[in-house]
Amino acid sequence: MSGVGETMVVNGVEIDDSFAEAFPMAGTAIEITAINEKWALEAARSMTGFATSVIACGCEGGIDRLLSPDETRDGRPGVRVLFFSFDAGGLEKQVTTRLGQCILTSPTSACFADFDGEETIDLGNAIRYFADGWQISKKFEGKHFWRMPVMEGEFLCEAKTGITTNGVGGGNLLLMARSTPQALAACEIAIEAMRKVPGVIMPFPGGIVRSGSKVGGKYKGMMASTNDAYCPTLKAVTRSELTPEIGSVLEIVIDGLSAEAVADAMRVGIKAVTDLGPVEGAIRIGAGNYGGNLGPHHFHLKDLLP
Amino acid sequence: MSGLTFRKKAEPEERLDLSPLVPARLAGLAAKDIAALPIGLTRRGLVVDDVFTIAGDDPAAIRFEGGSHRFDRIGEAMAAGDITVDGDVGVRLGRAMAGGTITVNGTAGDDAGSAMAGGVIAISGDAGDRLGGPFAGEMTGMKGGTITVGGHAGARAGDRMRRGVIAIAGDAAGDLGSRMIAGTIVVGGTTAATPGRLMKRGTLFLCGGVDHLAPTFLDNGPADLLILKVMADAFAEGAVGPVPFAGKMMRRLGGDTAVLGLGEIFLPI
Repeated sequence: MSGVGETMVVNGVEIDDSFAEAFPMAGTAIEITAINEKWALEAARSMTGFATSVIACGCEGGIDRLLSPDETRDGRPGVRVLFFSFDAGGLEKQVTTRLGQCILTSPTSACFADFDGEETIDLGNAIRYFADGWQISKKFEGKHFWRMPVMEGEFLCEAKTGITTNGVGGGNLLLMARSTPQALAACEIAIEAMRKVPGVIMPFPGGIVRSGSKVGGKYKGMMASTNDAYCPTLKAVTRSELTPEIGSVLEIVIDGLSAEAVADAMRVGIKAVTDLGPVEGAIRIGAGNYGGNLGPHHFHLKDLLP
Repeated sequence: MSGLTFRKKAEPEERLDLSPLVPARLAGLAAKDIAALPIGLTRRGLVVDDVFTIAGDDPAAIRFEGGSHRFDRIGEAMAAGDITVDGDVGVRLGRAMAGGTITVNGTAGDDAGSAMAGGVIAISGDAGDRLGGPFAGEMTGMKGGTITVGGHAGARAGDRMRRGVIAIAGDAAGDLGSRMIAGTIVVGGTTAATPGRLMKRGTLFLCGGVDHLAPTFLDNGPADLLILKVMADAFAEGAVGPVPFAGKMMRRLGGDTAVLGLGEIFLPI
C-alpha cells in the first residue's frame, strides 16, 4: 500500500490520506423475476453465489437491489443482479453458465436484460438449446425473447443483454477497529447504506471480506496472498500499516457499472462509518491500492469525505 | 416546413400507381417536379397535378386528403417518414416497406403490408386479402414491422409471415396465418375456418374464437404463460395498443403438426 500521509479526522474516526485503486471491468445487469420475492431472491442468490473475486471465480456478482412488481417487465417481484468480469467474453461465459444452472432451474423464474449498452452478450440465445428443439423465439416491440418448455411450465428469457466496458472493479474501504465486533459493526452499517446506491455491488459475503489480499506471494503461482500489512496478528513481525490499538480490519470491495457509482457508494459508506463513530465502530478508515500504477481509477478518501 | 399534402381534386377514372409519392423519392424535388410525376396506369398519362392539389413542403410527412380504392401502392418500399391517408386506399399499401409509419383513416385493398420488413401500418377500417402476405412466387410474406387493422381482414392474412406483428380488431377471414413461418397475429373478433394451416412456427391469438380448426392442431390445455402478459404489456405500450388477451387465461393448441408443428394458437377459455 502507499499514499498513507496525513490523516483526517471526522467524528473521531481517522481517515487515511490514501486512495482505492480500481480497474476497468466489463459489467452487466440482469433482472430476475419470480412468483414472489422469496423465489426471486433464491434465484438471484444462487446465480450470484461463488462470485466474490474475478481471480478465482471468473466473475464478481451480487444483488444490486430488489425490484417491486411495478418495476419489472412481467409485473412480478424481482431482483436486479450485476456481474463483472475482465472482458466481455469472460462475462458472457460466466453469466450464461450461471443462467443455465441457477435461473433456468429455479421455480417460476424469468430473466430479462436490465442494461442498455452498445455491446451485448447472450442470455437466452446461449441456453435455448436446452429446450431440444421446442424453444420458441418471439420478437416484438424491439425485444427478443426465448421461451423454453420446462417441466414446471415455460421459462421466459430475453435473448441478450447489454454490457458496459466502463464498469469499475475494486473500489474498496478498509475499516480498522479495536476489535472484530467493532469492525463488523462498522462494516454492516456501511453496507446497509451502500446497498441503497444503484449500480453497485459488494460481492463478498454480506458485502464484507475479512481476508483482504495483496498481489502475489512468496509461493510460486500465487496470484494473491494475505495482506500481511493489515493483519493485526503480524503487527510486530511485518511492515505493518496498523497502529497498536487496531485489533481487527475488515474490507468492503465495491464493483460498479460506472466510476461515479463506485465513488457514491464509497462516499455513503464513509459517512455511515463516521456517523457511527469510533466507540461502536471503526477508529480508522483506509483504502487499498497498488501504488497507483496498475489501475486507472483512483478514489481518494479525502475527496469522498462527508 | 409543413407536411406535404396531396388534396384529391376528384375521383380518378383509373387506378393510380402512387408508389413514387414516398418521402425518399420526393426529398429534394420542387413542387413543379412533384406535380409532373407520372402516376397513371393508362396511356392517358396522368400526372400528380391531374389528380391532386399540392400544398406544404416537407416530404417526410406526407398527407393525402381524400382517398380512393383506386389509390394503389401508397408507401411502397418506403424506409422512413410518415404517410397519412384520410380515406380509403387501393392495393399494395406499404408493400415491402422497411420503416416509417403509414396511417390510413379508411379501408385498404388487397396485399397491404405485403412482404414488409419494418415500420408500422395502421388501417382504421377493413383490410383486403393477403394482408402481410407474399406475392406469388415469393418465399416469405411480412418479415418485420407492425400492422394494425381496426376493422376486419380478408382471407389469408399473414400468409407465409416470417416475423412481425399483425393485430386485427375485427374478424379474420379464412386461412389466417396459412403457411406461417413465424411472427404473431392477434385477432379480436372471430376467425374463419382453418387458421394456421401448414404453419411451421408463429403465434395466433384468436380472442373471439374460431369457426373451425384443422385437426392437425393438438390441444395443449390451459396455458398461464408469462409471455402472454409480457406481450400484452409491450403491445399496449407500442404501436399495437391494448390487446384483448391481456389478463386472460388462454388455451394453447400446438401445430400445424402436418408440417413442423412448432406453431401455436391461443384461444380464450
